[in-house]
Amino acid sequence: MNRKNILRNVTLAGLALLSFAQGRADDVVVVKAKKIITVSGKPIENGAIVCKGGKIVSVGDVASLSIPPGAIVKEAIVVTPGLIDVRTCVGLSGIINVDHDSDQLESSSPLQPELRATDAYNATEELVEYIRSFGVTTIHTGHAPGELMSGQTIVAKTIGNSVEESLLVDGRAVCATLAEASKKSGKQSPGTRGKQMAMLRTLMLEAVEYRKKTSKATDNTKTTDSKEAVSKDTGDLPPRNLRLETLVEVLDGKKALLITADRAQDIASALRFAAEFGISIWLDSAAEAHTMIPQIQASKVTVLLHPSMARASGEKANLSFETASLLRKSGIPFAIQGGFEPYVPKARVVLFEAAVAAAHGLSREDAIESITLSPAKILGIADRVGSIEVGKDADLALYDGDPFEYTTHCVGVIVNGKVYNGESSK
Amino acid sequence: MFPIHRRTFVRDSARLAVVGGLIGKCSTSFARPYPLEETIAWTNAKIVTASTPIIDKGVLIVRGSSIIDVGAVGQVAIPSNAKVVDASDRWIMPGLVCTHSHVGGVGAADGSSPIQPGVRILDSINVREPGFKRALAGGLTTLNIMPGSGHLISGQTVYCKLRYAGHGPSTIEDILIRDSNGKAIGGLKMANGTNSQGDAPFPGTRGKSAFLVREQYIKAREYNAKVIAAKDNPDKMPPRDLHLETLVEAMQRKRIVHHHTHRHDDIVTVIRLAQEFGFHVVLHHVSEGWKVAKEIAASKFPCSIIVLDSPGGKLEAKDMAFKNGRVLDEAGVRVAFHTDDWITDSRLFARSAALAVRAGMNRDKALQGLTLAGAEMLGLEDRIGSLAPGKDADFVLLNGDPLSVYTRVLETWVEGKKAFDLSNPDDRLYAEGGAGAGSELDPFLCCYAQAWQVGGAK
Repeated sequence: MNRKNILRNVTLAGLALLSFAQGRADDVVVVKAKKIITVSGKPIENGAIVCKGGKIVSVGDVASLSIPPGAIVKEAIVVTPGLIDVRTCVGLSGIINVDHDSDQLESSSPLQPELRATDAYNATEELVEYIRSFGVTTIHTGHAPGELMSGQTIVAKTIGNSVEESLLVDGRAVCATLAEASKKSGKQSPGTRGKQMAMLRTLMLEAVEYRKKTSKATDNTKTTDSKEAVSKDTGDLPPRNLRLETLVEVLDGKKALLITADRAQDIASALRFAAEFGISIWLDSAAEAHTMIPQIQASKVTVLLHPSMARASGEKANLSFETASLLRKSGIPFAIQGGFEPYVPKARVVLFEAAVAAAHGLSREDAIESITLSPAKILGIADRVGSIEVGKDADLALYDGDPFEYTTHCVGVIVNGKVYNGESSK
Repeated sequence: MFPIHRRTFVRDSARLAVVGGLIGKCSTSFARPYPLEETIAWTNAKIVTASTPIIDKGVLIVRGSSIIDVGAVGQVAIPSNAKVVDASDRWIMPGLVCTHSHVGGVGAADGSSPIQPGVRILDSINVREPGFKRALAGGLTTLNIMPGSGHLISGQTVYCKLRYAGHGPSTIEDILIRDSNGKAIGGLKMANGTNSQGDAPFPGTRGKSAFLVREQYIKAREYNAKVIAAKDNPDKMPPRDLHLETLVEAMQRKRIVHHHTHRHDDIVTVIRLAQEFGFHVVLHHVSEGWKVAKEIAASKFPCSIIVLDSPGGKLEAKDMAFKNGRVLDEAGVRVAFHTDDWITDSRLFARSAALAVRAGMNRDKALQGLTLAGAEMLGLEDRIGSLAPGKDADFVLLNGDPLSVYTRVLETWVEGKKAFDLSNPDDRLYAEGGAGAGSELDPFLCCYAQAWQVGGAK
């Protein structure tokens, strides 16, 4: 993964956010809680968090912190970092589920990595607000599974009236799917698993060639001073190809390749593909990961695990509530996702998904981490979000009890230091 | 609670137990026959009876396939021959009743017509589907297995008992709930709103949907008039019509209508049709029930609701909310929950009630919504749904509050037999999932394995 590029994207997005935050930059929000789950450090009993200018400026014992006069004070039993959904389609996929609000999957061609989520994300989609009301403050959202290579993703905050206001990282990953869902019927390709891999490999090899041509031309440009030479060398550049440009970014580690694969054989194909091209991939969904632990460990890939409550049918028939716990024990980096839902419920809430994992072998601490700091690290945004630390974004979720308990409520959410409503019971 | 012909629902579980025993004898050469009349007393448990206040330290006594007593420790006499099981730190509640399930790989009506009441779901159920084992892992003991909602009338539903103890059922007949005549009991599935609309011959509008249904019920009325006029004279009887005779059963309240409906106006349309034709209806899903709670309460029809993690997926479900159970209950509507499995996973059925409590629903009512209220909606409240003397010994042992995320179902008992045990690795596979959990259950090949082993040894 190319940190420099991600940082640049983060910074650009950060500037957009700062401009949005203006006018309330001086607002001070203080959250007092019986328990602050910082995730990065030990929990703090009877603690307080002071947020200013959209950032966390102090965290500690409530008695030791001075609360500025005029501060907005919120109280909760438990506070966690704002939750992060490591893989969703919310914002591209909408609540009503009609053409009008469904931009998560373009089926005109099986290979379209050039499709940008930025151009498709609806920041004001109701489902974004809905999941925020349960504490989700950051989402990695984008194109859905269902085509061999369906398009790109973004990382966004669950606030803002436009993608520019919400954006944290543009073009974070390219999505691919190895499943029945991305197979075509009749004489269309890909019609088989073998053809799926052949098509992916062919396209990736084209990207390798494209990179060779562009880097050669760029090298020539660097070593030449005269304008004449530059124009001559620009002539060596191949015509711009958005599809291959995107995949060159994958080859260069500037974008991750997210491969949705549930069956063990598809997971194996994904790992084989990653090894062939020397790229690191994110294994998405991975229902049968519990049968592939040694292989996943050896390949050092990260798992964006299916929702705990995903349906045990089709290619997920053998999924297990205990996979999260098993990945944790095996030292495999993972986060629990909300995923894509094509029908009802239209969106899943990672808080609920992690809760079920916590009831099936994952410790409560690890379960919270799997929807906060762990996805932040995977997405390369841990310098901004994922834990309650001074200097990080003031993204917090407030609860009136154990966040995982069915009957607990999310009583408020803070994003970039601004207070939003928690869940509605009215 | 409902004007259903109760006499048709007389228990015959004893007879079924005998049948089960005979089949069981097939394997007696290596297993001790199950003592049919064994008495077991679970003591010191926290007991949710569903019909009385929660008993903090209670006793449940089961003999054979029935409950013989339940009450507080010290207030219930434990028979001297009873096997006593200390259930301290355990909760016991009635077996969960799901009023709306699609477990079993089911399909009834096909695409040829929007109205097919003569088609039976029981002819399509695969009892070896692992979904049944998952349902047991969630504490479910009774299911109303339904066809889908893609038709105005998609066929007859069937009420099943999860008799999966031992080697489990071989065919659907082994899990049916029967009336005193041996006839399988079930309801009739209907739907309105967008799911049952489509290209002709399916309706394209709500008005057409209601018209098509009225037309058929009127036909059924006329058919029944002919049957009555024939006065049992075979020569004067009209030719049997499986579709129409099913609708007649519904109008005679011998068959409960289970009606999929989401939007507030669709809900009211169902009530209007039920009142016109006199069928008893359970309103299912009822996403916008909270908008017409008073109207539903006035109709006295009950609601079996679904609870989903988010609203949407279709326009009709856009205003679905956790508060639905609370609002309906407070308006005086009887409320049960359902899984709609595979829409929600039967293993997480209790979670639906818990999320309703999250939005303010009364806890006792929510627990009834998993048990007794569902039994009432199937017309089976005389046999199941609560822990009371004389009822079927269908119950669940849990390690804590059923409405907590951390609570696990430890054992599920159906008619006095343990049908799920979390400590048994074979059962645990279905509770947790894992390699093989998605495969069909192995058939029980009576005597085959033994014969093979014996032959091999010789």
